[in-house]
Amino acid sequence: MHIEIDEIAKSFAATTALHPVSLAIPSGAMVSLLGPSGSGKTTLLRIIAGLEAPTSGRVLFDGADATGITVQQRRAGFVFQSYALFRHMTVYENIAYGLRARPRSTRPASAEIERRVTKLLELIQLPGIASRYPSQLSGGQRQRVALARALATEPRVLLLDEPFGALDARVRRELRAGLRDIHDATGLTTIFVTHDQDEAMSLSDMVAVMSMGRIEQVGTPVDIRKRPQTDFVRRFIEQPALV
Amino acid sequence: MSDIPLYRPADVTTEARPARIVITSVILILTALLLLAPLAAVFAEALRDGLGASLAALNTPDAWAAIRLTLLISVIAVPLNAAIGLAAAWAIAKFDFRGKAILISLIDLPFSVSPVVAGLSLVLLFGSSGWFGAWLSAHDLRVVFAVPGILLATLFVTFPFVARELIPVMSEQGRSEEEAALTLGATGWYMFRTVTLPNVRWALLYGVLLCNARAMGEFGAVAVISGKIRGQTTTMPILIEMLYNEYLSVAAFSMAALLAALALLTLLLKSLMEWRHADLLAATRRH
Repeated sequence: MHIEIDEIAKSFAATTALHPVSLAIPSGAMVSLLGPSGSGKTTLLRIIAGLEAPTSGRVLFDGADATGITVQQRRAGFVFQSYALFRHMTVYENIAYGLRARPRSTRPASAEIERRVTKLLELIQLPGIASRYPSQLSGGQRQRVALARALATEPRVLLLDEPFGALDARVRRELRAGLRDIHDATGLTTIFVTHDQDEAMSLSDMVAVMSMGRIEQVGTPVDIRKRPQTDFVRRFIEQPALV
Repeated sequence: MSDIPLYRPADVTTEARPARIVITSVILILTALLLLAPLAAVFAEALRDGLGASLAALNTPDAWAAIRLTLLISVIAVPLNAAIGLAAAWAIAKFDFRGKAILISLIDLPFSVSPVVAGLSLVLLFGSSGWFGAWLSAHDLRVVFAVPGILLATLFVTFPFVARELIPVMSEQGRSEEEAALTLGATGWYMFRTVTLPNVRWALLYGVLLCNARAMGEFGAVAVISGKIRGQTTTMPILIEMLYNEYLSVAAFSMAALLAALALLTLLLKSLMEWRHADLLAATRRH
């Protein structure tokens, strides 16, 4: 699914989180929103998911206006920064949640749910943890379960908020590769937010560099490294990566 | 190398053995003196003339009326306050709105106002010369010196218990699990049933138990508004006081023992549930 962000602006009470920003995300691409904290990247991601309503502007899914569509109907898989796994449910119940939440008429049979959960657990390379609780998992395992949960409902787009932020460097590298593999296998349009330029550059097809609620530059990683268009982008990518 | 002192983490948080013994004994003695002794005294006094006399004292029409009224009041007040408390805690913990600070202070009001004052203010509002008195008597409704008044007084006094237990738990858990449920396609009601409620069930249970204990035991506010009509508006605590004032100490203490037993029963229920769901409880708390 291709996504268009058309002059989206967002202000909270007295602060402006996003000045009107526009961005076109081609179908099947892996795009990162890169910027320091407070640059509005998470707000933009939440607006795409439908968790936040823009003050003005439109979000288009495959050319159709999706701005007024509820979060449930958008079918955007969202991986939260803190994973937000349901703490009182097992891994199995977590992944099955989106399927079980469907109205009876479209809900898969429990055998079908089991088949899909098992398949997803294999996809994230964690078979055999289905009966554990989130508190019994490591950070990296939780992140992968959150990814599987988001994929279970066959979303139209995958949105990830700082997906590797809370993990140590080695696990992060592993999971980056894992996410790229899953993206390439499913062909799902994927947008992720990060403040880590290494992560953005190594993982995505297209990077949107953000600062102070504006998109400073959009381009391929090579483009942005070679031809930074603003002072901010130049300074930002010259910083040594904080790993 | 050998002269580097060994670092033992346990030393940091552990007191010396004598200190530990002293602290533990002080707590145990205080608990026994302040909590266990009065309870034991009530039961001992109730059973002074034997179990038969005690039961006979409870088997009077007035006693049964008081027991029924107390149970009726708590059966209505507790679910009502659980629902209202849950809604208030949800609003406060998960949303930002104007007047939130005022709402929080209002929830605490029943804790800071003396129950007697609460009872009096209800009389002022609903009594025959009160604000709504004329309207009520015109429609042939009785609040003061009747069951609705007792219910209102109990609702007022027990209002904070559930909300107070839930607000810190809900604030700490934040909104992200609920947002996750919504992105997975859950409707608001499905999300509430499967995520919000299970996440606070222990705090809710605890709040409900405290609320219930207070609803059954409330004296001050009920004493003012009930008019103490024997057999009609006397709850168990009111009847206990009346019996005691009439020097019917076996009857008074038997009723007191029964009230205490009801409270102990709710406590037992809670422990039983915690024990049965120990695994899940540990899992959810550690996360």
